[in-house]
Formats: sequence, C-alpha cells, structure tokens
Amino acid sequence: MEKMIKLTIDKKQVEVPQGTTILEAAKGIGVDIPTLCYMHLGDMGIEHKPGGCRICVVEVEGRRNLAPSCNSKCEQGMVIHTHNMRVLNARKTVMELMLSDHPFDCLVCAKSGNCDLQSTAQQLGVRELHYKGEQSTYKVDYSPSIIRDMDKCIMCRRCETMCNDVQTVGALSAVNRGFQSVVAPAFEMDLEKSTCTYCGQCVAVCPTGALTEKDHTNQLIRDLADPKKTVVVQTAPAVRAALGEEFGMEPGTLVTGKMVSALRQLGFNSVFDTDFAADLTIMEEGTELLDRLKRHLDGDKDVKLPILTSCCPGWVNFFEHHFPEMKDIPSTARSPQQMFGPIAKNYLAKEMGIKREDMIVVSIMPCLAKKYECQRDEFKVDGDPDVNYSISTRELANLIKQANMDLKTLPDEEFDNPLGESTGAGVIFGATGGVIEAAARTAYEVYTGKTLENVNFEALRGMEGIRSATVDFNGLDVNIGIAHGLGNARKLLEDIRDGKSQYHAIEIMACPGGCIGGGGQPLHHGDSSILKKRAAALYREDEGKAIRKSHENPYIIKLYEEFLGKPCGELSHKLLHTHYFDKSKDVEIE
Amino acid sequence: MAKIKLAKSKVDKLVEICKSFDNEGSELINVLHKAQETFGYLPAEVQEIIARELNVSVAHVYGVVTFYSFFSMVPKGEFPISICMGTACYVRGAEKVLEEFKRQLSVPVGETTEDGKFSISCLRCVGACGLAPVVTIGERVYGRVSAGDVADIIKEYQK
Repeated sequence: MEKMIKLTIDKKQVEVPQGTTILEAAKGIGVDIPTLCYMHLGDMGIEHKPGGCRICVVEVEGRRNLAPSCNSKCEQGMVIHTHNMRVLNARKTVMELMLSDHPFDCLVCAKSGNCDLQSTAQQLGVRELHYKGEQSTYKVDYSPSIIRDMDKCIMCRRCETMCNDVQTVGALSAVNRGFQSVVAPAFEMDLEKSTCTYCGQCVAVCPTGALTEKDHTNQLIRDLADPKKTVVVQTAPAVRAALGEEFGMEPGTLVTGKMVSALRQLGFNSVFDTDFAADLTIMEEGTELLDRLKRHLDGDKDVKLPILTSCCPGWVNFFEHHFPEMKDIPSTARSPQQMFGPIAKNYLAKEMGIKREDMIVVSIMPCLAKKYECQRDEFKVDGDPDVNYSISTRELANLIKQANMDLKTLPDEEFDNPLGESTGAGVIFGATGGVIEAAARTAYEVYTGKTLENVNFEALRGMEGIRSATVDFNGLDVNIGIAHGLGNARKLLEDIRDGKSQYHAIEIMACPGGCIGGGGQPLHHGDSSILKKRAAALYREDEGKAIRKSHENPYIIKLYEEFLGKPCGELSHKLLHTHYFDKSKDVEIE
Repeated sequence: MAKIKLAKSKVDKLVEICKSFDNEGSELINVLHKAQETFGYLPAEVQEIIARELNVSVAHVYGVVTFYSFFSMVPKGEFPISICMGTACYVRGAEKVLEEFKRQLSVPVGETTEDGKFSISCLRCVGACGLAPVVTIGERVYGRVSAGDVADIIKEYQK
C-alpha cells in the first residue's frame, strides 16, 4: 500500500502519497504555484523539472533556504507557505534578474500574448526593474522552419527535453557555462546544418520568443494583394480540428466550413483541401504497398519490407539524418502537401488557363517541417516551388484576426472543386494511425476485390506511442505497426535494422499524437486530453463523410482518367514520387 | 554527405578508448579525459567520433566539452601552463601571476604561443591550497609562486 504523508500547505492540512512534490500537493488543494521551467507532458510520461528557474520556490518552515516546489518532495509534518512575503519577494527578484538580460521588444515579439515569461512577470506583479547588467548578444539563427533568437532564452531547457528525450533527435544541448551558457546545436552551428528535423516540438514548448516559426504571413498578404497572381490554398486535415481553439472554442471543435469561409474572405482565388491530396497519396502509396507485398509473397528476396509511410516531412528528415542506410525502405510517395503542389501547377493551372508562374500555391499546415519541405530542391521546377510556402495553424489564426474576422461567427462554406473533394480516409491523415487506416481501406479492396463492410479499423487508433495490429486481407495477415513521436519511431527503426521487425507496413508521424499535435498547432501545453479531442474530431468528420475510401473519390478517379493514367504510372512517378538523401555526417578516414 | 577527415590511426585509437569504457554514454567525461590526454585537445572530429561510438548526440558531447574548462578545443602547448584561480590561490595573488605569464608569453588565457610551446589556462583548485598560489606545467607543480618567479619558470622550458 502507498504510504501517505501529512503536511500543512498555507495553513491547510493535506494528505498525499509519498513521493508527491510540493507543487502537485498544492495543486491538489487548489493552490496554483507559478512555474516557468517546469513542464509536465501527461501521457508522454515526460516530466521536466530541473528546478532551474526558481520561480516556484516556497518556504518550508525550519529550512534555511526556499525550496523549488516542482522538484521538492513532501515530507511528513512539513509546514509550507506558498505566498508569504519572503516567497513573493524572492519570486519577484528571480523574475527581475531573468528580465535583466532579456530584450525589451515585447511589443513586436512574435510570442507576445502567448509568452509564459511575459504572463508570469505579470502574475508576479513585476512593475519595476532594479537590475541592469550585461546583455547576451547571440546571432539570430534563421532556418527554413525555425528561428532561434537566443537573447530571449531563459535556459529553462524544455526544448532540450523535447529534442533529446521525446524525439531523440539530439540537435540541441545546453553548451558553455555561466552567463555564456545557451541551448544550441553542436559546435554552435546553425540549425540548418545540424541534425534538426524541424518537427517544431521545441517551438511548441518554448516559454519565450527564443524559438519561433519562420513566419510567411506577410509574404501571403503581398501575394493576395497582387492582381497578377492566382493564389490557391490547401488546408491540412489537422488544422480544422484545432484552429477554433485560437478563437476560444472548445478543443475538438470542427471548424472546417468556417475555415473555408475565412480563407475565401481573405481573398484566395480557390480554397482546396490537402485531404484531396491525401486520397491521392493513398492511391500511390497503397499501390506501392500492394506491389511490394505481392512481390514478397511471390518469393522476391530483393523486395524491401516493411514499407514505411512518407507523409511526414519531420520523419523524412529524421531518417535522412539518423538512419540513412534505410532510405530505400520508406515509400517513395510524396507527402500530400507535395502531391497537391504539382497537381495544382501542372493540371489545375492548365484547366484554369493560367501559366505556372502566375499561380501561387499556399498550404495551411499544423507543421513547421512543411515549411522546409516546400523549399527542398527536388520539389521545384526551374526554381519555382510546387508549393510556394506553408503557413502554420497559428499563423492562419493571426491572419484571420488581422483581417477583423471572428471565426466563430463565420458561415460554413464548402471547398472548391476539383481539388477540394475528399473522403473520410483523407481526413484521418491528421491523427496517428490515420494514414495506415486509410491505406488499409483501399489496399484491402484492391487486393481482395471485395467490398470492405466495416471501414473502421479500431485496432489502429489510439494514443499509445507504439501500436501494432494485424489486419486480415481475406486470409492474408498484414502486420501493421504505428509510431508517433520520433523517439518511438527510433525503436521501430532499430528493430528493422536488427532484423527483428515482423511488420509489413509501418506508419510514422514525427509529432506526438500525429499532425494534430504538430509544431505549428495552437499550443496544448502538454495537455494530452486536447490531443484526444482533436483526434476524435477528425474521426467524427470521417464518420460524417458519404465516401470513406480514397479510391472512390470521384475527382481522384477523374484525375487518373484525364491526366495521370494509373497509380505509380509514368506521370505519377515524375510528379508524385520522390527520392531521399543521406544527410548523416560521417567521419572520413584517410 | 558531409565528411570529416581524420587519420585512420587516430580513429582507431579513439574507438579503442571508447571501447575501454564499454562504449557507455555515462562514461563520456572519462572518455573525453583520455582522448584529450592522447590528442592534446578535443577537435570537432574527435567529438563526432566519440558521440558515434558512445551513441550519444554530438550536441551533448559538445555541451560537456564546453562546460568544463579543463577540456579544450584548441591544441594546448607542448608545456601547458595552468594557473590555479581557486579561492586560496586567488587571495594570495594568483591573478598577478597569471597577468605576468600572459604578459611574458603574449597570449591570452585559453590560447597557445605561436611556436606551440606554451599555452595558458586557468583552473579551479588543484587541492594543494597550502602551497598557494599554485601553478602547474604539465605534470609538474610549482608552489608559492610570485610574479617575480615567472621569468625563471619560463626559462626552465626554453632550453
């Protein structure tokens, strides 16, 4: 039985299990001690409590020093004061010292209004700054996805925990010592030269403006105002399940129709859906899966199994950096974003009677790695990117606010056609397990020639980090693995490398929860119940769709008939498939 | 693929060092000590190989190397001079001794003279506070050093 401990917090008697921290015990009686470096990501099992910032200090009677409540455990008979004068003064002093080395550009900082440092200073009632000292002067590091402005870093090291413990990417570490210490890549190189995958999970947890996304909204405003440009937009599935949160709506509220309406009012010539491209991805990736599977069953020893999904650009970056020897295992199918681009610029532009260079394709993504993906050379034609740039869910919310719209009051509108029609299979791409479920729906029917009665593969759904299920393809057992979060992906990859993997197909998403938990989404502050609600919203939209299998999308059928020919055919290979690079850094031996 | 060049014999030696610590990530500091003893310093290439062998990130290795002042990414001199700046040495005039070394050799702390002979670094307490201020050159320890002794000490190594 758990041993219980009795103590007093702010004159109230409390009983908690042994091992409970003072912070947790206080929370239990409704005392919310302010924190800054502390981070608790419930279901991911990650608790970051370095006790470094000293904002959460409390007085423990009989102790000389104030104790950081986030990492001090409750002891029998403790008498704790969480808000006496000594504590309040200490917190204020700590905050003032932190601010003494912080740039005062809050009015124009990208994080303003969403900054934990700012809101904590407010909460502590800091109105004067008594300390002035040396200022950090780091060079701002601009990568295609993430901007690092380390003058604003307070060394909470949350980003380091995400990068190393959750994602196992290892791009960031605390380096140097004392005043010079900073979180940086190895040898303080630019992020672009490091092993960073641009998953953006560091940005999602940064409490200040030190880590922010590369913002493309000004570029977008300029393009929308240019009468010579035809600007079309595609929206990723996960955006509709989270955008509402930025306008005070409950997590899990679907705002698909309102989002379409907002985009149309912003001035886009056409509002399309990445879900359409997701259906297209299933046609290509599903065909590739069945081809490899059939060859494997026919005894072809050269065929590579398992096949890995390739929709997630953070994941692609991860294996290019960390597992380059396995770069021929993932599907060669491009991500939906990068399938949409060439279809828009090669097919739609012709239909619309405009030149490729006069069309601007913008994507709304829950993701920061998508920004980098747009810029990859293999996704450009004569320097013109298939997708010009990508803006995040957060950037879109800001843009809607800038344009004086309240998302809540907008009418529901429908996507434009032909690239706006999608099936339920395309919608669930946004949640972990969704891509492989969508693939299974189509692959089952193509392989067996039978109609799939129940399209809900419940076994593939859920929030567990690594999941597996066996799907019965009319007598053929297809073993499917799923991982979300790159740390979990690493485990499956190591099994494949060591020849221990029994899977035929594996879906991998870089971000915990899949795209719904992407680095460009409204901040969830580690509350995994929000992720579950977003996922549930996508499955709800899937349920409500008349068509729920990608290969039954009438516009997809038409696209193959009129333009592409057949899945994995010659034109598909040129426009919809890609290849991968070895980006590992290795030592050359002389 | 970005390549880094390093002689095979050096790589082999490093691999061997890592192996002698069972390629354990938790032995990183010991491995770095041994590597610096072998190569004199810890250039980026060496850190890359150590990271690979111990299965830790290069950023982490670099973090540890830059945290401890003992580790150096620039080659040390043939005769590495270390001046103790611990409390006891400091109060007994270590700073004046340091200034004198810097003046006579014309190099700042952390760097090496052009002829590669001397490098100057500071350290925190060698555990010989009774001899404060303390200077070490290689393995040799000099006690109760004053600024006036510096010229004679340097002369010993210039023969």
